[in-house]
Amino acid sequence: MWNYTEKVKDHFLNPRNVGELENPDGVADVGSIACGDMLKLTFKLDENKRIKDAKFKTFGCASAIAAASALTEMIKGMTVEEAEELTNKDIANYLGGLPEAKMHCSVLGRQALEKAIQYYKGIPVEKPEEKIICECFGVTDHEIDRAVRENNLQTVEDVTNYTKAGGGCGNCHDAIQEIIDRVRSEEQPYKKPRLTNIEKIKLIEETIEREIRPMLKHDGGDIELIDVIGNRVLVAKRGSCALCSASEQTMKNVVEPKLRELVSPDLTVEEVPQ
Amino acid sequence: MRTVYLDNNATTQVASEVFEAMIPYFLHLYGNPSSMHSFGGQVAAKIQEAREEVAALIGASAEEIIFTSCGTESDNSAVRSALASNPDKRHIVTSRVEHPAIKVLSSQLAKQGYSVTELPVDAEGHLDMDIYKKSLTKDTAIVSLMWANNETGVIFPVEEAAEIARDRKIPFHTDAVQAVGKIPINMSKNQIDMLSISGHKLHAPKGIGVLYVRRGTKFSPFLIGGHQENERRGGTENTPVIIGLGKACEMARINMEIENTKVKTLRDRLESELLDRIPDSRVNGDRLMRLPNTTNISFEGVEGEAILLMMNEFGICASSGSACTSGSLQPSHVLRAMGVPFTMAHGSIRFSLSIYNTDEDIDLVIEKLPPIIENLRKMSPCWKAGLNSC
Repeated sequence: MWNYTEKVKDHFLNPRNVGELENPDGVADVGSIACGDMLKLTFKLDENKRIKDAKFKTFGCASAIAAASALTEMIKGMTVEEAEELTNKDIANYLGGLPEAKMHCSVLGRQALEKAIQYYKGIPVEKPEEKIICECFGVTDHEIDRAVRENNLQTVEDVTNYTKAGGGCGNCHDAIQEIIDRVRSEEQPYKKPRLTNIEKIKLIEETIEREIRPMLKHDGGDIELIDVIGNRVLVAKRGSCALCSASEQTMKNVVEPKLRELVSPDLTVEEVPQ
Repeated sequence: MRTVYLDNNATTQVASEVFEAMIPYFLHLYGNPSSMHSFGGQVAAKIQEAREEVAALIGASAEEIIFTSCGTESDNSAVRSALASNPDKRHIVTSRVEHPAIKVLSSQLAKQGYSVTELPVDAEGHLDMDIYKKSLTKDTAIVSLMWANNETGVIFPVEEAAEIARDRKIPFHTDAVQAVGKIPINMSKNQIDMLSISGHKLHAPKGIGVLYVRRGTKFSPFLIGGHQENERRGGTENTPVIIGLGKACEMARINMEIENTKVKTLRDRLESELLDRIPDSRVNGDRLMRLPNTTNISFEGVEGEAILLMMNEFGICASSGSACTSGSLQPSHVLRAMGVPFTMAHGSIRFSLSIYNTDEDIDLVIEKLPPIIENLRKMSPCWKAGLNSC
């Protein structure tokens, strides 16, 4: 059984605004019987171009009905411009969330709204540059691209949950992955890591100077930092350490833990010939 | 709220007699049946009795019964054993309407290089025996066909199919999880080599299954590491639950008549009343060659999950072959294989009864379901009263 929120259950069992408005300003039919859900949305505007009334008809599961009911409640009172800003996440949030595998119900709501607004504005709905990626559910590259961006989707399974694309024969999984990869590669601005290389080397030097050297000096030993390659800290033994057979233990039990504690837990200490 | 449980092909209520029979073996009779002491030995004796009860239900001998953990394990063990016993043969014959325990296994084996024939079914859910005969080759290592379908209840002529396989010396397995206890099965009168049973479908608890392996059939164990079950299934026996299954099989033997009289009458009344009261509804699958407890009805223009959750408000439990309930985005593979149109498949509901159902249960569904369908149809964008445009 799905884990639906109380709000989803309420909108499913007591759906608001079921029906169809006569002479609507905006109207849209999305989805199909074959795909398992269909939504017809109609809305009317008042003299101030605000959505005065909205109604829906849905063929689909409990969350499809609830998402459509929620959508009509949300857009009432909005201007067309405000309604255009509505995302599928807003619909899901209004319902207190939807199960991941049911997120496509919120996407269907957003698609209906978008199409109804296009109808109102007189924009032709078909976008010639769109390409069908998923043949089973008739999902285009544009829809997948948008769902990936708006919902920060990471895997093909995510895309299937949000758009149904890839939920049938599975032949389009590679094509979906390509879209995810493309969006992800566009969307990766430089993020400053916790420690830049320069900061890391400085910190290693300071830690050796301040914390490690005084300990070793106590026994007449010393080490010298030779290089840092990634997380490999290369050091050479000096003083009595160079002669001491226990110095290897010192490296693993003293130097490395200290650097891991104070610089980064990923560091390993290696000894290089002097 | 009273629960009206009409989902017995999913799982059944544990019979109180079964529960009573198990209690001592959960509490003080906890010995290991493999032990040398009589404290364990008495449990071994009781397991032997249970084995004989299971055998009696299907007309087999006790030594042909292997206890497993579930029907899925039995199915997997049977197919893998046949493949391991005939390593030179690389072909598997099964059907498009099998339970996932066979269907997913055979798809995985196909990826590993086996060739798999999935026999089609017709609109009634039946096999074409000519296509079946032609599918068998010298390379066929195993045939696995279910006895009765879990979604529609349609019965395959597995005894006839097993004879055809035997003529060609091909091992034959049947998933009889839904059939055992509901229709008579007599292994001494057929040529089936292996047969799977699941305890929780016949009023025993979950977590117990049986694989019947005909005497003389080559068997290669799935679980190894213990001498239990005559070296055919390692692992310490689930003693209380095996004893419970024995009791459940003893009862099933007696209750089979009730299944085919009282339960069948209730099912038929439910089915015909719903078809009468709800226009544009139809039964999926052959209504004659069918389990006595199952009906699968499609209501056009509505979606199954919505129906189930509305019925849930009245305590009515059933299941659906719609996409939203199948765990995938496509409706039931069984209904698709039968060519049921999508408009019908999405709105399919399976009711599966048991001996514990009453006339009052059926009355409630007959009262509550028609208005549910009517309301959902009113909400549907492709449904116009009297004029279906879905």
